[in-house]
Amino acid sequence: MSGNEVAGEAAVAAGCRFYAGYPITPQNQLTEYMSRRVPEVGGVFIQAESELAAINMVFGAAAAGARAMTSSSSPGISLKQEGISYLAGCELPAVIVNMNRAGPGLGDVTPSQADYFQSTRGGGHGDYRTITLGPQNLQELYDLTYLAFELADRYRNPALILGDGILAQVMEPVRLKPLRRVRPAPAWALTGCGDGPPRKILSLFLKPGVAEAHNWRLAAKYRRIEVREQRWDEFQVEDAKLVVAAFGSSARIARASVQAAREEGLAVGLFRPVSLWPFPYQPLRRLAEGRRRFLVVEMNLGQMVEDVRLAVENRGPVSFYGRPGGGVPTPEEILKVIRKTYRGAER
Amino acid sequence: MSQTYLFKRTEGLQDAPTSFCPGCGHGILLRLVAELVWELGLRGRTVGVAPVGCAVTAYDYWNFDVTEAAHGRAPAVATGIKRVHPDRLVFTYQGDGDLAAIGTAEIVHAANRGENLTTVFVNNAVYGMTRGQMAPTTMLGQKTTTTAAGRDPRQHGYPLRVCEMLAGLDGVVYLERLALSDPASVRRIKAAIRKGFECQLSGQGFSLIEVLSPCPVNWNLSPVDSLTYVREVMSPVFPPGVIKDRTCQKPAPGV
Ligand SMILES: Cc1ncc(C[n+]2csc(CCOP(=O)(O)OP(=O)(O)O)c2C)c(N)n1
Repeated sequence: MSGNEVAGEAAVAAGCRFYAGYPITPQNQLTEYMSRRVPEVGGVFIQAESELAAINMVFGAAAAGARAMTSSSSPGISLKQEGISYLAGCELPAVIVNMNRAGPGLGDVTPSQADYFQSTRGGGHGDYRTITLGPQNLQELYDLTYLAFELADRYRNPALILGDGILAQVMEPVRLKPLRRVRPAPAWALTGCGDGPPRKILSLFLKPGVAEAHNWRLAAKYRRIEVREQRWDEFQVEDAKLVVAAFGSSARIARASVQAAREEGLAVGLFRPVSLWPFPYQPLRRLAEGRRRFLVVEMNLGQMVEDVRLAVENRGPVSFYGRPGGGVPTPEEILKVIRKTYRGAER
Repeated sequence: MSQTYLFKRTEGLQDAPTSFCPGCGHGILLRLVAELVWELGLRGRTVGVAPVGCAVTAYDYWNFDVTEAAHGRAPAVATGIKRVHPDRLVFTYQGDGDLAAIGTAEIVHAANRGENLTTVFVNNAVYGMTRGQMAPTTMLGQKTTTTAAGRDPRQHGYPLRVCEMLAGLDGVVYLERLALSDPASVRRIKAAIRKGFECQLSGQGFSLIEVLSPCPVNWNLSPVDSLTYVREVMSPVFPPGVIKDRTCQKPAPGV
């Protein structure tokens, strides 16, 4: 299966029965897959007239109590930001897959990680966060997409999968889970209120102080997520003098470089954030306490590096190597940077 | 002593004061919708969608499930709800800025897909909530806060006739425009919205009821003069009447 199909199949396994999308490369096969697969399991597929419409259809489906998903790539995700902000403000669970391509503007359809800020800082207007998971291979894409639905439900918050053009297009075998039983609509969902009191889904609060109180409640929820949902992966970091930090496809490439550096006798390790929000600050801070040097590798001009600096807090030097605009680094390229940075680490 | 009520608050409405200006059409129209939901026995099986605009506070008034929608996006939100719950009554209640400007794409495509939804379209010729700017439906020559010298077609184009625009779409079953200009018209409007709801309940497809509705404060007119304005100035530009009716008498199977 290709990454696009894997993300779609994971959603179906997680009980997603509503998908709305709009074509954009490199995630077209995901929309196409869902057009066949979702109706097959009794769900709804809609090819929307725009990404604006798609995310708002997902808003409606989520408000109505369905597990719902949309997917796109960077320019389309920009259009979805209004809807994502409303999902966050109204506390509706939904999953959004972004197969990140190069920007700004129309950019290029080649792989990129330039939407890291947009994904982890809310992305639209207002003070909110979206759970963001960054898979590095197709098994993880499958597992994390499945998990995203659970987390979105648990916290009533939109959850993002931040993939890229590599992840979308490669083919790998994946271990599938059995299809989860579709959960009934939660009590807060709009299904018609029966004989009970009417239910309202809102993010507009015009009475004095109510919007602030709502935001404080959201803040407490975000704090809970930060405490409970940090996910990461470490590779040979214990004795490492230099720790390479990377996520997603960059991490997968950098791992090969780290292995090659080890074969040369360099004490290098890899720290890979899996949840990009909440960012795994604690484990990284712990590593920083051991007087290490850090090298952040991204397919952008330097975005996650800011989170790494926040975690390291000047306990050690943090340098950056990145390729913007769809450039994909090779393992040899990163290895060269590792050697150079490592010499700094030994001094 | 027994009491006879000539008029009382429908149970489709909550006991809450409304925030509308004197003479505004929204209060009447929101009530008509609420009365119909109650009278059709659908209070427990209805989901309303109230997008940004003066009508957004409908969630404070309607006594049934309601969601807010982003400006213009109500038809997409309603599409999501209705596809998940095809057996519920789902409607949007939208202003003319919402429906005919920022949300043009959403209404056209929901209509064109023949979504089994009902839209109540409140055309008051201005952006009410943001205090009276020009809308796509503003009359030529009408003074608004962004057309101080009056709407000039060379600069701002022409009043957009939504019903006529939608009439050519095969997915659309029922379109009617009415003027809210006197007490008798209130009953006709209610009958039209009822027909729209019934069209949905019998699974026939998309319907939209446009109401020319007074906005005295933003028109700089008294409430009474506003009703005259609806009748004498708006109605010639937006001719009331049934624009399209492909409803069949017999309910279609499978709501
Ligand atoms: C994206 C966005 N743009 C602008 C606004 C500001 N805004 C709120 S209501 C409104 C106009 C509403 O006018 P209309 O739909 O005609 O409804 P009315 O208030 O007249 O009933 C605007 C522009 C907004 N809330 N969101």
